[in-house]
Amino acid sequence: MNTETVPILWRLARMDFDPVRQRHVLLYPEGTVLLNDTGAAILQLCDGRRSVAEISGVLQERYGSDVTADVITYLSGLAERELIRDA
Amino acid sequence: MTPSAATRPTTLVAELTHRCPLHCAYCSNPIEMNRADEELSTADWKRVLTQARELGVLQLGLSGGEPLVRKDLEELAAHAHGLGLYTTLVTSGLGLTAARAGKLREAGLEHVQISLQDSDVASAELIAGVASVKQKEAAIASVRALGFAFTINVVLHRANLDRVGEIIELAGSLGADRLELANTQYYGWALANRGALMPTRDQIEAGDRIAQDAMARYRGRMQVLYVLPDYYEEYPKPCYGGWGKHYLLVMPDGRTLPCHGATHITTLAFDTVRDRSLQWIWHESAAFQAFRGDDWMQEPCRSCPRKAIDFGGCRCQAFALTGEATRTDPVCALSPDHGIIDEARHDAVGPITYRYRDLVLHPPRP
Repeated sequence: MNTETVPILWRLARMDFDPVRQRHVLLYPEGTVLLNDTGAAILQLCDGRRSVAEISGVLQERYGSDVTADVITYLSGLAERELIRDA
Repeated sequence: MTPSAATRPTTLVAELTHRCPLHCAYCSNPIEMNRADEELSTADWKRVLTQARELGVLQLGLSGGEPLVRKDLEELAAHAHGLGLYTTLVTSGLGLTAARAGKLREAGLEHVQISLQDSDVASAELIAGVASVKQKEAAIASVRALGFAFTINVVLHRANLDRVGEIIELAGSLGADRLELANTQYYGWALANRGALMPTRDQIEAGDRIAQDAMARYRGRMQVLYVLPDYYEEYPKPCYGGWGKHYLLVMPDGRTLPCHGATHITTLAFDTVRDRSLQWIWHESAAFQAFRGDDWMQEPCRSCPRKAIDFGGCRCQAFALTGEATRTDPVCALSPDHGIIDEARHDAVGPITYRYRDLVLHPPRP
């Protein structure tokens, strides 16, 4: 995972909003990840077209600070579990 | 932690029926199976699914028995989809015709898990107790053509463990997204058949190596999951992440369990969704509160640092093997009852004769 990587969710995973817990969740075969707002914001930008640099750029505009390192750390964790793939 | 401070469950397994065309000797259904006339109605199941979602459930397993024997399966899958549940159909593949697979896809079903018994056809059908391979192949073709998320599940034991390499290659060639290799867990029918199912240490060690290698080799193409062989581990498994914490199972007759093996704990009574809401059962029922937290633990668990990791292991196994559900799971090397496990591993000898699961063993009501 680096700034050039174009991350995409695993074909079998989808993001949803859980109205019971009032938070975003990632659902896939026999697995659930409860997402925090930051995680959800990152994953919503993983469309298989934007690179990590572009995703970080959008978030920097939104939050006003450079989040590239955080984005890489977060997506690497999900890639380790094969939930994020290289498009 | 106080017993009432329960987290929200994420997973519900709906055991729609105990009826099944297969007779696998390792079946996780209880020996005392429910009859068709005891099964919940379509309306009951819809109510249960709605309540499950309100309680926080996100993952639904439509299971059995063979869930396809229920004619309302498509209706239930559509209801689950409408609620936003991620639904898995856990099936033998028998009865999954192209037409039914298509209707289930339209209903919003996302994931299909099909069981295989072995890579060798004759052995597979001996294990299942019925000719089944051709129907499974047809079901797999439909599942793939319709673009379902697709998992193959294989229970491993003495008769097929030597072919785990071939089984992995077969799953790969069938286009599975995931392969779950599950060493037999000894409850219900599997406990009754333990002598015929127990693998040898050599088989386990060779199987572990092959599975580990496949996990790395197939990474990115097919996810290979490997459920460890309980009786050969040093510490017990953290059953479902703790009793009454994340998981619940509704039996065909509506009784609701914290673990699929829980009916074996004959000292517990299980409430049914015919009488109570799922919310009440989760939060208030005695069975779900019985082993929450750690107040119930005996030594050596009570003072063990691992109690936060594996919660003392499986309560159902502790009861089945020691007669006391609050004892340490005998699988644990620290358990004073661990000799039971050492003894059982010696069962891995001699000819394999199964006591097949069959509803005939449970006579119909007069």
